[in-house]
Amino acid sequence: MLLLLLVAALAFTSCSDTNKEAEPSSNALNIEVSHVVGSAALVLNSATPYTTPAGDNITVSTFKYYLSNFKLRKLDGTEYVVPESYFLVDEAKAASKTITLTGIPAGDYSALTFMIGVDSTHNVSGAKAGVLDPINNMFWDWNTGYIFTKLEGNSPQAPGNHGLLLHVGGFKTPNNAIRTVSPSLGGTTIQIRKDRLPTVHMQADVLRLLSGANTIRFAEVYNIMGAGANAMKLADNYAAGMFTVQHVQER
Amino acid sequence: MPFYLHLRLTAFWCFCLLLASCGGKGETEETGENPYVTTPYQLVLPSNLPQNVGIPANNPLTVEGVGLGRMLFYEPRLSRTGTQSCGSCHQQSKAFTDGLTKSIGVDGLAHSRNTMSLANVLWETTLNWDGAATSLEQQARIPIENPVEMHQLLTDGVRKLQQSELYPPLFQKAFGTSTITEDNVLKALAQFERTLISANSRYDLYLRKTGSLTPTERQGAALFNNHPGEVGGVFIRGGACHHCHFSETGLFSSPDFFNNGLDVSFQDAGRGGVTGLASDRGKFKAPTLRNIALTAPYMHDGRFKTLEEVLDHYNEHVQTTSAFVDPNVLLSNTTNGTRLDLTVTEKNQLLAFLRTLTDSSFVTDKRFSDPFKP
Repeated sequence: MLLLLLVAALAFTSCSDTNKEAEPSSNALNIEVSHVVGSAALVLNSATPYTTPAGDNITVSTFKYYLSNFKLRKLDGTEYVVPESYFLVDEAKAASKTITLTGIPAGDYSALTFMIGVDSTHNVSGAKAGVLDPINNMFWDWNTGYIFTKLEGNSPQAPGNHGLLLHVGGFKTPNNAIRTVSPSLGGTTIQIRKDRLPTVHMQADVLRLLSGANTIRFAEVYNIMGAGANAMKLADNYAAGMFTVQHVQER
Repeated sequence: MPFYLHLRLTAFWCFCLLLASCGGKGETEETGENPYVTTPYQLVLPSNLPQNVGIPANNPLTVEGVGLGRMLFYEPRLSRTGTQSCGSCHQQSKAFTDGLTKSIGVDGLAHSRNTMSLANVLWETTLNWDGAATSLEQQARIPIENPVEMHQLLTDGVRKLQQSELYPPLFQKAFGTSTITEDNVLKALAQFERTLISANSRYDLYLRKTGSLTPTERQGAALFNNHPGEVGGVFIRGGACHHCHFSETGLFSSPDFFNNGLDVSFQDAGRGGVTGLASDRGKFKAPTLRNIALTAPYMHDGRFKTLEEVLDHYNEHVQTTSAFVDPNVLLSNTTNGTRLDLTVTEKNQLLAFLRTLTDSSFVTDKRFSDPFKP
């Protein structure tokens, strides 16, 4: 699928001079994600560490995660499932922080739902292409599946060499770290029309990965390597409000 | 040449087809002197390596182009002194490395870095230790022109090739013009390099269920792929090597760059020299580990002579205070430990596994050898 898209994109690019009837993608929605640490913007490898609500210090070197299986719900309750919607958002790659959903039926949508992680089906089968390619360093193996959320860095509170390696994943009960969330749109709707491109401005707060449902202290939790109790603690945190929608911008 | 013929012959490459189908002028029409027909090179992708390959639309593999690229790869006229070719430092018997700490150029001067293997470069999206190049076409110019390598402007090499009897007809066959260009030299070299696939090691045979590994080798593979730490009350021991040398892709490399704790401060800025970022200083590409037993010495500066020394580094000598050292090399098999703390037995298991990545057919394959030698 991705290959097809790429080919199509290539064809459009190369034909742009002659093929004027080619339309820009319509009925689309942009989701722009910004990463914050509490009230501050996330800066990788920042000189000054951030402080967690529990009082631990953290410097972040890697922050990336999968969002997938996007759904939009209209006011009348009808739902549109965006097919093959898998995205790997990576603080180190600016382009990855804009998610574009296309081919959405026109209408007013009052809810946006997505999965944090990768559905169990794709953990055990399917094409490992595009963002799901293991080359992205977010895949363990068919048994453990994908790393859904990866936070790396260091903390003086972490024992040993003070490294932090929080690799959250797992798709099997009782350690299923897949979470589905519907951040509030604040009462506004997303108006999908052929002639406009609305943008949902969404925030992901690193501190909400480390607090909320469970308080993470680096003295105890500093090395998570897959499915398990600690991964579940972070999963419950990212489900409980790591993602918030700031506003919906109509254009 | 008839346009439809060109189209048919390259239909194999859908990118190319789409480009051509836009109805613009094909490259062949613009530069062709005489009609020419190329034969698509049927690249066989091993089942346990990625099936997606990034071959540029404007440089599909052809039998003629790959054959020409092979000759150019071993062509000393591309060096100023006529004494070195690409194959001088990238020797097939050593999985396309040279056995030297740092490569030595035509003037006897040492490069600042160790020669990298070319195994499976087809799949690499970053090239050189610092990712200075991102395509093989772009990369090939660097060693040709670098004063501490072959030290000759490519334009001068092109002139020498043009004056030869050998090459103009070969360029005609591969690219439809006997007027040799820098671009076509680089394209041919890249085509040849893309055929250098290594996937017949004992490890590959094991994965494809046509061979086996010993228990020691399998234990080594597990250590390679295990991230040390506690899961469900059980402590899993491991080296976490796969975090940088991706085993899941089958390539045992990474397109990314890492500070693996070699030094506290770095003379060679590595990736930082390309990006200008302080946090990238001392980061280098994680190279492929395929045929690693054949590609000593190791690291970007060839500082380790043996694989044993490499494992000693990761196990005992990581400079944990190095700025922006990758957290993956800070792991320990001891709770709250400051070293990786694998045992001697475990190190030997890892070594045994690494040696299963040697592909003896790759280093003897006649298709990759010097065509000027009998």
